[in-house]
Amino acid sequence: MAKQPIITVKNLVKKYDDFTAVNGISFEVFEGEIFGLLGPNGAGKTTTLEIIETLRDKTSGEITVDGFSIDKDTDSIKKRIGVQLQAAGYYPNLNLSELIVLFCGLYGIDKKPMEMLGKVALTDKAKSKYKDLSGGQKQRFSIATTLINDPRIIFLDEPTTGLDPQARRNLWELIKEIRDSGTTVVITTHYMDEAEVLCDRVAFIDGGNIIGIDTPDNFIDKLVATGFERKKQVKLANLEDVFITMTGKEWRED
Amino acid sequence: MTTNNKPYSNTKATLAIAKASFRSILRSPSAVVFSLVFPLIFIVVFANIGGGGISVDVGVAKTCDTSSIIYKALKSVKIVNLVTNQSTDEMNKNLSKGSIDAILDIKNNHSGGLTLYPPLSLPPNNLPNKPPFSVNVQYTKASNKDGILKSVISNIISQMNSSMSKGLPQMAEVNETTIQGREYKYIDFILPGMLGFSLLSSGVFGTAFVFLSLRLTLVIKRFFANPVKRYSIVLGEALARIVFALLGALFIIGIGHYAFGFTLIHGFITVLNMLVLSAIGLIIFMGFGFIISGVAKNESTVPPFSNIITLPQFLLSGTFFSTTAFPVWLQHISRVLPLTHLNDAMRKVAFEGASLGEVSHQLLILGIWFVGIYIVAVKTFKWE
Repeated sequence: MAKQPIITVKNLVKKYDDFTAVNGISFEVFEGEIFGLLGPNGAGKTTTLEIIETLRDKTSGEITVDGFSIDKDTDSIKKRIGVQLQAAGYYPNLNLSELIVLFCGLYGIDKKPMEMLGKVALTDKAKSKYKDLSGGQKQRFSIATTLINDPRIIFLDEPTTGLDPQARRNLWELIKEIRDSGTTVVITTHYMDEAEVLCDRVAFIDGGNIIGIDTPDNFIDKLVATGFERKKQVKLANLEDVFITMTGKEWRED
Repeated sequence: MTTNNKPYSNTKATLAIAKASFRSILRSPSAVVFSLVFPLIFIVVFANIGGGGISVDVGVAKTCDTSSIIYKALKSVKIVNLVTNQSTDEMNKNLSKGSIDAILDIKNNHSGGLTLYPPLSLPPNNLPNKPPFSVNVQYTKASNKDGILKSVISNIISQMNSSMSKGLPQMAEVNETTIQGREYKYIDFILPGMLGFSLLSSGVFGTAFVFLSLRLTLVIKRFFANPVKRYSIVLGEALARIVFALLGALFIIGIGHYAFGFTLIHGFITVLNMLVLSAIGLIIFMGFGFIISGVAKNESTVPPFSNIITLPQFLLSGTFFSTTAFPVWLQHISRVLPLTHLNDAMRKVAFEGASLGEVSHQLLILGIWFVGIYIVAVKTFKWE
């Protein structure tokens, strides 16, 4: 299958007064892949994401999302994307089912709340408040809200930060299912093991610049080819494997 | 995967927000407490002081004809507390302190302590020019209950006068000129004031808290990732708050009317007019809320800002007592505040049966506030 770019970013620049958060970056995201934006805090990941999500103005550069220019067609873009914000809250005092109804109204779409909650295995929490959910449940609910408009692309900003290993793996499975059903996923994370398992391709961002884009495998192979060696010999399992084996794979709700 | 191609409906989005916001308000204890419980507590407390109204302490002068039927009628009025055990000196002192509200002196204008009623034994041509009784009332500036007593007395006397046959002279004259034909109950004063204050606190606190917390918890930012328009968010929120406030107003008016005899001159029409005024007041007060939500850095700065707006109006806008009791310089401040004019308009509509057109002066001042407030609100409001 020929790789078709669904997001194109060209020379994107974002300046705040004296500070340059994003300094002329360009990349493409291909349709149907999980694309990872990796980099240290303050590298410009979230800023880049929020500009593509139409939540922030850019200083200069060109962006097209699913064929629509971000300068002219923000509404068409908003209809085609699903956005999960880092640490976003939800309308207070409403339960999950009512929140889904609210988002359906905001998109002008009729969906059954149970159907959406079913996609992220939260039907038994339909009457719960968002604030009473566990970390993993909160993230899965956030993902459910991004899927309401049957988006072409979803954006996930550090969805696994603060989750325990079980919840994290559970979320990986969910994200892969979403990718397999045809939705492109753009994700940011601080966990390289996560990017390695999850992402089809990753871009490294530092100081507002992209310093490399490739598949995780190619990056590792290239590094190994330079003669890099880990100080500690890699064993066939790591401590997380031990943790999962000892505490069980099934996900704890709270 | 299909992309939805139906035209996007802003109305649907606005209503979705209104519905969500309304649900949220209903479940928020502070909204319910401020809009319903507080006003009701005040109304119940004030309506029950002195039994069914406020109590007016009236000193009875030593020269007062206590056997007259006017005295007896006054005695039977619950809110009038007749004080007979004080000396003239004591009474005068207490009157100037305001610990009694008035001194009453009923004079029998016919010699011989005529108590027959009607005085048929006297031929008409023998009657003096004066009516049989003169009611002399001395009020004090230290008390503001004169209006209540005036209406009670004039009420009694006009009933007596009208019950007498037309050819006969009047039963009594009142040396006093204030006529409010209907019985003036304190509930008629306190309820519009409480309603106004409930709208003020709900508009200011509610709006400020909701928009600040929606902004801080990134709910609004998340909304912006949807194809929703900014005006839908504000309109949806406003709609929910107005519907909630009007239901609250209906509830308060209903309790006031059925439980405490709040006067609704033209019945349902009066209620409708009051609801229109409520909506107008709330929209203006929400403007303050928008400004505070923009100026406040976090949730703990909302109450001080909100109190700066609400407390002076609570005290100076005639919520509990008439602004006419204030010194003149303070009255000037009162005349500027929007709640004063909302309260005025409410009382005129409810008690005097005025139409909205007849309170156009109050509406004009509220209109000026509306324009001013929203000019500032548009400048200070923050989305992110």
